[in-house]
Amino acid sequence: MTVGAWAAMSLIVRRELCLSFRRPGQVLQPLVFFLIVTTLFPLSLSPQLSLLRDMAPGVLWVAALLSSLLSLDSLFKSDADDGTLEQLAICGQELSLIVIAKAAAHWLVSGAALVVISPLVGVALGIPTSAFATMMLSLALGTLTLSWLGAIGAGLTVGLRRGNVLLSLIVLPLAMPLLIFGANATDRAIGGTSPAGPLYFLAALCVFTCTLAPFAATAALRITLE
Amino acid sequence: MNSAPDGLSVEKVHVWRGDRHVLKGVSLHLRPHQLLHVSGPNGAGKTTLLRVLCGLLRPEEGAVAWRGLPILKSRTDYHASLAYSSHDPALKGDLTSLENLRYSVGLRRHLSNEELRANLSKTGVGDCADLPARVLSAGQRRRVAMARILASDAALWLLDEPFTNLDAAGTELLSLLLAEHVRAGGLAVVVAHQEIRLSGDVHRLELAA
Amino acid sequence: MWTWFYKLASPPYVYRVAAAFAPWLLGLAAIAIGYGLIDGLVFAPPDYQQGDAFRIIYVHAPSAWMSLSAYTVMAVAGAIALIWRIKVGHAVAAASAPIGASFTLAALATGSLWGRPMWGTYWAWDPRLTSELILLFLYVGVMALRPAFEDAGRGDRAAALLAIVGLVNVPIVHYSVQWWNSLHQGATVAKFGRPEMDPSMLWPLLSMLLGFTMFYAGVLCIRLRGEILNRERSAAWVREAIAS
Repeated sequence: MTVGAWAAMSLIVRRELCLSFRRPGQVLQPLVFFLIVTTLFPLSLSPQLSLLRDMAPGVLWVAALLSSLLSLDSLFKSDADDGTLEQLAICGQELSLIVIAKAAAHWLVSGAALVVISPLVGVALGIPTSAFATMMLSLALGTLTLSWLGAIGAGLTVGLRRGNVLLSLIVLPLAMPLLIFGANATDRAIGGTSPAGPLYFLAALCVFTCTLAPFAATAALRITLE
Repeated sequence: MNSAPDGLSVEKVHVWRGDRHVLKGVSLHLRPHQLLHVSGPNGAGKTTLLRVLCGLLRPEEGAVAWRGLPILKSRTDYHASLAYSSHDPALKGDLTSLENLRYSVGLRRHLSNEELRANLSKTGVGDCADLPARVLSAGQRRRVAMARILASDAALWLLDEPFTNLDAAGTELLSLLLAEHVRAGGLAVVVAHQEIRLSGDVHRLELAA
Repeated sequence: MWTWFYKLASPPYVYRVAAAFAPWLLGLAAIAIGYGLIDGLVFAPPDYQQGDAFRIIYVHAPSAWMSLSAYTVMAVAGAIALIWRIKVGHAVAAASAPIGASFTLAALATGSLWGRPMWGTYWAWDPRLTSELILLFLYVGVMALRPAFEDAGRGDRAAALLAIVGLVNVPIVHYSVQWWNSLHQGATVAKFGRPEMDPSMLWPLLSMLLGFTMFYAGVLCIRLRGEILNRERSAAWVREAIAS
């Protein structure tokens, strides 16, 4: 009997998680990078928390963006290198479903992990705990959107020499709106005003991207596999 | 006049890779119980032809049909009926042979672990089932890839240089499996530069560079 | 009608047609730009708020407009090429990209020069200039992606997909940046307040817009011919065309 779509997608998610846990380094390195980059700012600016607090949303978001870019490289790379990507493309399931499953699993071990350790960074940058909920929500929405934008970029650049540099070049301009709304939401939460406005925009961007990006990412993979 | 639409039919396929005209109007028809042996010098386009047959590469001109339907129209159905083995055995080094099978064949059919192990034994790597693929030798990896093809229960086998890295026993085994597959009504397109000794309906396609 | 469309898909046909159009387009461009510059720089009255500094709008606004139009042409041509497998579309996209990027640079440079008398500084994060900057990055991404592939066909298709994704994002980026800037209005006072346009100021501007469009189309024709020759270099008709 043939395998249904949900069963196939959950199998892919399990595969990705299995592979991620066998190479914990690959999962942890971007997170450590996130922590290191945030450390650069107090060192280069000032250790005064009151000063850092003003810059905190921006610093946090830029660090999250860069760290996500690092981890995006691994979305398709290992499969492309050992030939399993082709096999996934011709396994009899819709390629877009496979891409969705892969991106979802990828977000769990990169974006979601980032959200979980963000309070550490928040404390380090002087963000008041009252703003944590907004900060984490905005990061969750943002990293999810970024996973998808990055999936398009990764699909286009996997297998290219210097692919990871091109990936950053391609994804960062597309991610600038995310940065604007995400940082602003956190900023408002720190200042005490309601972050609802930018959060709604962020959510809208997230829904928009998550709906359309799978098709673009699948098309990108098909182009790469030719 | 086209006989009953059964099997693989390729009509005048042209493929350019950059400036090179790699496939120049290739046509072929393959029916159940038939095996097509594709040969030719390096650069003749044998791998390209297989990738066109897989639906991974879209030809600039020409069409491929499976059971009467163009493959690009009903891509997922077509893929469900084929099994492809490339130059690379296409195994995840961090997963065991069993897991490799489970996560690839598992997308096509529900097979229990016992059934997967049985397939691995059939190709002679049953004792490697719980070893990560990266510690296996090239020949063992090739045998695991063969087990994957077997387990997929596909009607059409597309094999690119499947005899690479196999020892004499392995070559013998593969020929046997091919013969069994063809006898049972399957089709196979095999790219190989050695002779394939097989009882049964073997056609040849020689590609020129 | 569809036969015309399919003819347009034939590289030798486009090659000849572009050769015929180019001189006319460039001629018209010269006239329109000439009139626009003279009328706008010399005859139009100075703006009551900005004085003579506003005149740079005659170069800045058309450049900005063209930078966006060229991106749209690039994305649409790429989409046509991807969907209907018409290869000339890829040639058009490839030819259009550097022209559009140059317009973007021109818009940024003229915007910066305009900013000096307005804000006292060569760069303030004005929303329109920031959008132009992001557009420049989008251009750079597409232009960098195309040659990164060993197979030129794949490079074309990848660049086309990226251009389409970029085009969808352009309105999002534009509005996000406007919103962002409106939050921090305190710091810089002036945006490019479009001066109230008296007809005597408007006509030259429209003429410049038309001129820039013709110029873009003319240069596109010339570059397109080069692109087609390069892509079809192994075809027989190219050898004949070069020989003649």
